[in-house]
Amino acid sequence: MKPFFAFVKKEFYHILRDRRTLLILFGMPVVQIILFGYAVTNEFKGANIGIWDQSKDALSTELAYKLEASGHFSLASTYQSHAEVEQAFERSKIKMAVVIPPDFGSSYYAGRPVAVQLLTDGTDPNTANTLINYASAIIQGFQGVKTDNRPLPYQISVDSRMVYNPELLSVFMFVPGVMTLILMLVSAMMTSLTIAREKELGTMELLLVSPLSPLTIILGKVTPYILLSLINTIIILTVSYFVFHVPIVGSLWLLLGLSLIFILMALALGILISTRTTTQQSAMMISLIMLMMPTMLLSGFIFPIESMPVVLQYLSNIIPAKYFIITLKDVMLKGSTLAFIWNEVVVLIGMTLFFLVLSWKNFHIRLSG
Amino acid sequence: MNYAIQAENLTKRFGNFTAVNAINFTVKKGEIFGFLGANGAGKTTAMRMLTGLSKPSGGKAEVAGYDVRTQAEEIKRHIGYMSQKFSLYEDLTVGENIWFFGNIYGLSRAMIKAKTEKLLDELQLKEVKKQLVASLPLGWKQRLAFALASFHDPEIVFLDEPTGGVDPITRREFWEMIYAAADRGITIFVTTHYMDEAEYCDRVSIMVDGNISALDTPAGLKANFLASSMDEVFVKLARG
Repeated sequence: MKPFFAFVKKEFYHILRDRRTLLILFGMPVVQIILFGYAVTNEFKGANIGIWDQSKDALSTELAYKLEASGHFSLASTYQSHAEVEQAFERSKIKMAVVIPPDFGSSYYAGRPVAVQLLTDGTDPNTANTLINYASAIIQGFQGVKTDNRPLPYQISVDSRMVYNPELLSVFMFVPGVMTLILMLVSAMMTSLTIAREKELGTMELLLVSPLSPLTIILGKVTPYILLSLINTIIILTVSYFVFHVPIVGSLWLLLGLSLIFILMALALGILISTRTTTQQSAMMISLIMLMMPTMLLSGFIFPIESMPVVLQYLSNIIPAKYFIITLKDVMLKGSTLAFIWNEVVVLIGMTLFFLVLSWKNFHIRLSG
Repeated sequence: MNYAIQAENLTKRFGNFTAVNAINFTVKKGEIFGFLGANGAGKTTAMRMLTGLSKPSGGKAEVAGYDVRTQAEEIKRHIGYMSQKFSLYEDLTVGENIWFFGNIYGLSRAMIKAKTEKLLDELQLKEVKKQLVASLPLGWKQRLAFALASFHDPEIVFLDEPTGGVDPITRREFWEMIYAAADRGITIFVTTHYMDEAEYCDRVSIMVDGNISALDTPAGLKANFLASSMDEVFVKLARG
């Protein structure tokens, strides 16, 4: 046991003395979670809109107020002609224009159908869609309030509620994703880098010629990263809980247990990569391309899996991060217990065992080669 | 048992390619044995088999009395190894490097402490004990690397091109260390590119294309090949 502890201590010296490693280990999780929490967001606050009010009556003015009062829009300007609206779009002054037809109020009260036109900048389809949804909802609500005075004979009212994330905060979605990304980065990339470094410097040879068993070498290498990854998990959860008020509804222990499984899987991937490379640079490139990209793109973290082409949907099934994100979301936001997520957990454990065995075999083959 | 290393028809094949072709040689205890050959002649492969890193495809070898095929773990305990990169941890201090290698060879804490003091005294590295290895001159690193390779009192030390990239004076000093170790009874197995260094060895073997083409004392080889230097011997052998 003594050589093992000496090995782990040595590994901590490496980590604590390398500013770059420390920065990746502890700076990145916090920066990422804050970046994703604040900057990358699907919500709109104060998007610039313009209004071309051709009616200018009490009702149209009220509608304009209503839109602005929602907080989602801020009125940049009012226009008098179609040309002015077009110019505003061309100069990117506004993201959406609301066109209110002449005789808006009088037609409405006379019971004639009226239409409000919403013009959006289609060069940014996601934003355009979201803005239209927001504005439509507000206009519907406005109509609802108005018609309460004169109930219509037939009306279907939609009462929607977003369960588990009632305010539709995108940070709720990003926290599990960022956690997955960070654990992948710390566990897989850092392990492959640290092993590749020993090879590059020639110290790996020295260790292999020593009486240390290969198992001791591997365990000594990864143990510090298991600890650091767990610490990182706690940091991310703490920041998201206290800064972004992301709830942790389910069991914290279950959450940490799941993280540990994922960490072990990532470590196995890291070892696997390191058996295939001899330099830190190639270890880094392989980690980024083979691990980080699929984790970002195919796990459902950024792009919903349901809206991917069928081929990519199948491909997403072999991305371990997908299962981890699903279980994380369920436990954190819905408070699911093991009984509800055992399907994903079994897949995750299976993948972990598979990669552990594979990396161990590969490491051995390299040794006796 | 008077031999530190005995190889009998030691062979290593990779697929169709025979890297080491049934080589035979013995190394006596306390001997400085030079293992020469051009790049790709099979030196490294042979050395990997002798250090227990790779299993032979045929033949057998004993190192420090242990079979390389079945007792690789025992061999690792009784040999030291220094690579051409001087392989120390640059971001660890001199003291920490010594501490680490003492530990992985399973030495006790008291033993490591006593041996560290002695080693630092001998190498005159006392003042830099707390300095990072990265800050040391190349020659010092090399001496420290050799001292660590023999720190656990191995019976044989394997040196893989230990003097690459250092100046002649430092090389000279390094060979003083090798002689001192040999005087203490440690067998030295050394590969080198420098033919002048071959002259410092007790006996020299020269590998060409997986075979040992010559094996004798430097004086014997020179007489046999009618050469005035080891350099000439090597050139004559390489040209066939």
